[in-house]
Amino acid sequence: MRPVYIIGIGQTVVGEQWERSLRHIAHDAIIPAMRDAQIERADALYVGNMLSGELTGQEHLGALIADFVGLRGIEAMKVEAACGSGAAALRMGYIAVAGGIHDVVIVAGVEKMTDTVGSVTTAGLAMAADQEYEAAEGVSFVALNALLMRRYMYEYNVPHAAFGYFAVNAHHNAAGNPYAMFPEPITLDTYRKAAMIADPINLMDSSPICDGAAAVVLASEPMARAFHNGRRRVRIAASAVATDSLAIHDRRDPLWLEAAWLSSQKAYSQAGISPADVDFFELHDAFTIMAALSLEANGFAERGRGVRLAEEGEITIEGRIPIATMGGLKARGHPVGATGVYQVVEAVQQLQGLAGRNQVHDANIGMTQNIGGSGATIITHILVGE
Amino acid sequence: MTVARTWRTRRQRYSLVGERCDHCHNAIFPPRDVCPYCAEPAQTQMALSGRGTVYSYTTVYDAPAGFGEFAPYPVALVKLEEGPMVTAQLTDVSPEEVTIGMPVEMVTRKIQEQGEEGVIIYNYKFRPQLQRQARAA
Ligand SMILES: [Zn+2]
Repeated sequence: MRPVYIIGIGQTVVGEQWERSLRHIAHDAIIPAMRDAQIERADALYVGNMLSGELTGQEHLGALIADFVGLRGIEAMKVEAACGSGAAALRMGYIAVAGGIHDVVIVAGVEKMTDTVGSVTTAGLAMAADQEYEAAEGVSFVALNALLMRRYMYEYNVPHAAFGYFAVNAHHNAAGNPYAMFPEPITLDTYRKAAMIADPINLMDSSPICDGAAAVVLASEPMARAFHNGRRRVRIAASAVATDSLAIHDRRDPLWLEAAWLSSQKAYSQAGISPADVDFFELHDAFTIMAALSLEANGFAERGRGVRLAEEGEITIEGRIPIATMGGLKARGHPVGATGVYQVVEAVQQLQGLAGRNQVHDANIGMTQNIGGSGATIITHILVGE
Repeated sequence: MTVARTWRTRRQRYSLVGERCDHCHNAIFPPRDVCPYCAEPAQTQMALSGRGTVYSYTTVYDAPAGFGEFAPYPVALVKLEEGPMVTAQLTDVSPEEVTIGMPVEMVTRKIQEQGEEGVIIYNYKFRPQLQRQARAA
């Protein structure tokens, strides 16, 4: 396998982009990424997206977006793995470059979620779950996470308020990210008083519905050398995908993200590192409970202790394992199919010293993890600054 | 849920018919034809008792399209006596009365109404067990 480098990044401000359509949002991330990489053509474009068909009536995003950004003619297709679609597209790009098929690949994640009314978006998001045996019961995606959170609180005797540290950290970090949807800090008091949406999940446990796109340009080593933009080189040291059942009720232990454990074990082994070597971790905090379960399944905390890590301040920029360093899904925002690419863009910013006041000191190894559904597809990437 | 899909899964929805694996003997619900425990074929039908306990629960306020008229409604993960877990709505109980570990039993209830021209969809829901003491005696 050939080494794969990230030679350009681009992203849009996350939020309600009423004036921009799906294709325009994709354009707004891809063109800056191409400019950043100083390329005019690529061998292929892989687009991560979950809900374009359901929410905008548009499928066939590969050709649509390739044409729209001036790349008519190249290989292009959409990659879908629910909320893990962004990292799934990155995985396809990685395979293409590492396998010697392509030399320069653009990977974009894009989602347009605000053209529809709430109940339609809610039903769309439930498509990440088992349609016949979860969604058919009228269970929303938020409710599925609420079921996990309630059980977690019961089994490990964790009060709801303790999860507030995840939300406070995410908002604190978003305040230093000009691309974040919610750049306003919140307090534990804000968290405690937030409106309940599916008890015990309140508004501050949950990531927002929003629009956004992010893009990266991948290159083989010779191309990375040819198109070097002067910044520190960032290599993808690991890329791994694992799966579990779509339905929570089909898992042997609902409070254990088996696919996170499987994919991170593969990733640690590819990169030749252990969790202790990771300088920061862009995890999938779609809900605070997912942040806790992710810290545990990836080896950063013992079972039932993920929330404790947040309480003890270990997840902040200065902590032992900084998470959501640019706001995470909670406060940067979670345009579902774009999220996995945002995570990687932010990891590159950290490794290249571009994170501003959110800069993790001495950041050399960053891990990103994108989750499809309530844990059915989990994709881990490890990035190394050289 | 389309008419065809509802019809296709009627044995599961109306009488909790799952499977038993002939190799490792685990009970399986919903039926899936390949045992999730040992990966061997599993197509022997088995009706589950419908009795179980609440593993976790919450309330849906912002319902997905098609369920809005019934919101808010309590939902739960129910651990069935035979082993499998099932996601379902709770009924005949107010959300504040639900607890983890509460014994529940399956009943057939209306879950969706698709307007005057559409079909009414019935499904399993779970309610607090009625004859709990009688059985224990
Ligand atoms: Zn078996």
